[in-house]
Amino acid sequence: MSILLDKNTRVIVQGFTGKIGSFHAEDMQRYGTNVVGGVTPGKGGQTHLGVPVFNTVKGAVQETGADASIVFVPPPFAADSIMEAADAGIRLCVCITDGIPSQDMIRVKRYMRRYRFEDRMTLIGPNCAGMITPGEAMMGIMPGSIYLPGRIGIVGRSGTLGYEAASQMKERGIGVSTSVGIGGDPVNGSSFKDMLELFEQDPNTDAVLMIGEIGGPQEAEAALWARDNMKKPLIAYIAGLSAPKGRRMGHAGAIISAFGESAQEKVEILKSAGVTIVPTPSSFGETVADVLSVMKAA
Amino acid sequence: MDIHEYQAKELLSRYQIHVPRGGLAYSPEQAAYRAREIGGDRWIVKAQIHSGARGKAGGVKLCSSDHEIVDAADAMLGQTLVTHQTGPQGKLVGRLYVEEAMDIAREIYLGFVLDRKSERIMIVASSSGGMEIEEIAEAEPDSIIRATVDPGVGMQDFQAREIAFGLGIDNALIGRATQTLLGCYRAFVDYDASMLEINPLVVTRGGDLVALDAKMSFDENALYRRPQIAEMRDKSQEDQRETYASDRGLSYVGLDGNIGCIINGAGLAMATMDMIKIAGGEPANFLDIGGGASPDRVAKSFRAVLRDSNVETILVNIFAGINRCDWVAEGVLKALKEVGVPVPLVVRLSGTNMEEGRRILAESGENIIVAETLAEAADKAVAAWRSFTAGKAA
Repeated sequence: MSILLDKNTRVIVQGFTGKIGSFHAEDMQRYGTNVVGGVTPGKGGQTHLGVPVFNTVKGAVQETGADASIVFVPPPFAADSIMEAADAGIRLCVCITDGIPSQDMIRVKRYMRRYRFEDRMTLIGPNCAGMITPGEAMMGIMPGSIYLPGRIGIVGRSGTLGYEAASQMKERGIGVSTSVGIGGDPVNGSSFKDMLELFEQDPNTDAVLMIGEIGGPQEAEAALWARDNMKKPLIAYIAGLSAPKGRRMGHAGAIISAFGESAQEKVEILKSAGVTIVPTPSSFGETVADVLSVMKAA
Repeated sequence: MDIHEYQAKELLSRYQIHVPRGGLAYSPEQAAYRAREIGGDRWIVKAQIHSGARGKAGGVKLCSSDHEIVDAADAMLGQTLVTHQTGPQGKLVGRLYVEEAMDIAREIYLGFVLDRKSERIMIVASSSGGMEIEEIAEAEPDSIIRATVDPGVGMQDFQAREIAFGLGIDNALIGRATQTLLGCYRAFVDYDASMLEINPLVVTRGGDLVALDAKMSFDENALYRRPQIAEMRDKSQEDQRETYASDRGLSYVGLDGNIGCIINGAGLAMATMDMIKIAGGEPANFLDIGGGASPDRVAKSFRAVLRDSNVETILVNIFAGINRCDWVAEGVLKALKEVGVPVPLVVRLSGTNMEEGRRILAESGENIIVAETLAEAADKAVAAWRSFTAGKAA
């Protein structure tokens, strides 16, 4: 299958009846995602997009057996929604919301630790495009049509740059096992390393493409982990070669504020860990194809 | 979002952190009046700009008479100070802060940051104050003390004591130091700060612990619940191109190149800028048009990019997910009619309905250079820019 998400995953939508939640929930249904319900406090008991609405995540989990949730709740309330999902026993939570205060995310991460590791929810995002297992299910806002089902895992911070990579791969007939957007915030749910660990164990993923950017320690951490633990090839691109130090490039987390956070420095760290570098953002497809042909020859 | 030193000191003093007596001045006369108000016989006149390292740029002056204060204020006000943190364009001095001078026995570095590795608030302190933290890390790495705070319970007294003793502070001042550290932590949390730096925190000869300088930045995502902080925004300290764009809800960062960029998504925007650089050009800006690239937003983006007089070519790169390329193409045409684009325009549309979008642009009769791939878009933009500048020179 893939990591985390497939066609059997039972998904609820938090912030279900709002404009954005409705729009994307419908799109996810069209793609084949098993949307079993939604949560909007105060609208419990209604039916929306053909599935029941609940007041609480706990109620939704009890009635529908949901094991995953996608959050479209506005920034001031999003951290609370994520914690509600964690407490209701949701296994996978994808938070699309952009603009959650960092200190709220610090509290969310601390809160999630109250559960034993085996019971702990996997959080993807916030401030991300979500995730997709092509041909099976989508929990996100991406255009599903640009992803071909296949055996390359993708993990990246950015939405549209991930689309660019997936479509370059599709042009060469290369498909994707699962694509995960971990989001552009400084404090986020799952790290690059967390996703590499899952892809490494996934029997249906042959190689992984990691799309990083300036700011933060996660790409370097992932590279060191991959060097010591990963047997599958890792291919990476780091965006922001031309970004000046100390300036925030759109994403809250895309800012060079410490040593090792520039694109050049990250590329050096990745190279020295044996990661194949995508030299330009127009050569995602070519680089992945090259790595695959080397694998076939071996 | 950054605030001025005097604003940070006012905030911190509410948390029992001692700061020198001081007053704000907008004119030389007012500066002299502030000094008389404060009393004493030595004062510091400090230019209020959003940057550190002001001393080396002539933005901090020790004065011992009315005359000297008026002269110092006169020299600073209206000037543009260039420090290594401001970039070559510098920052305009519109306000001064006049403070009593302190008798300094020793200088300490104290910083609070949001540490991305531990995902906690981290305290960074060093007994070697006065230098920038990067310099301390280079010269005296062993002097740096770090501690992180468990967000479940907040900073504990023992942590503050450990840091204070670790800095070698005298027993008599340990209580004051502990209060200072805990006060900083509370201010950081209460106002959703992303950075707080007191450098230096000084031990005075009179036996007090005083924040001689103070710098604070705040999480922009939290400003909605911190109106007192949002009010402190000083637009005169921002890049005017960026103020214009951010007032219109666009995510824009001004740079020094000539190729203006209009792109959807932060990652794709950075990657497109990289591609321009690889193709031999320099981007004039970062601009993420956001999820819904409506005709109105496209037009706003063109206006924002064209406010930069260095822009000699515009590259639009849209990967339509939720958007549709035909819709974006209509937006580009609308922008051309409404805004007027006096420089070459390269447009690359990809994703949903891209054929339709490209057809609309091709059939518009407008002078638009259409590209299909990212590499082609960057190459064409750099080529168009080269021939445009060659044409201008001729």
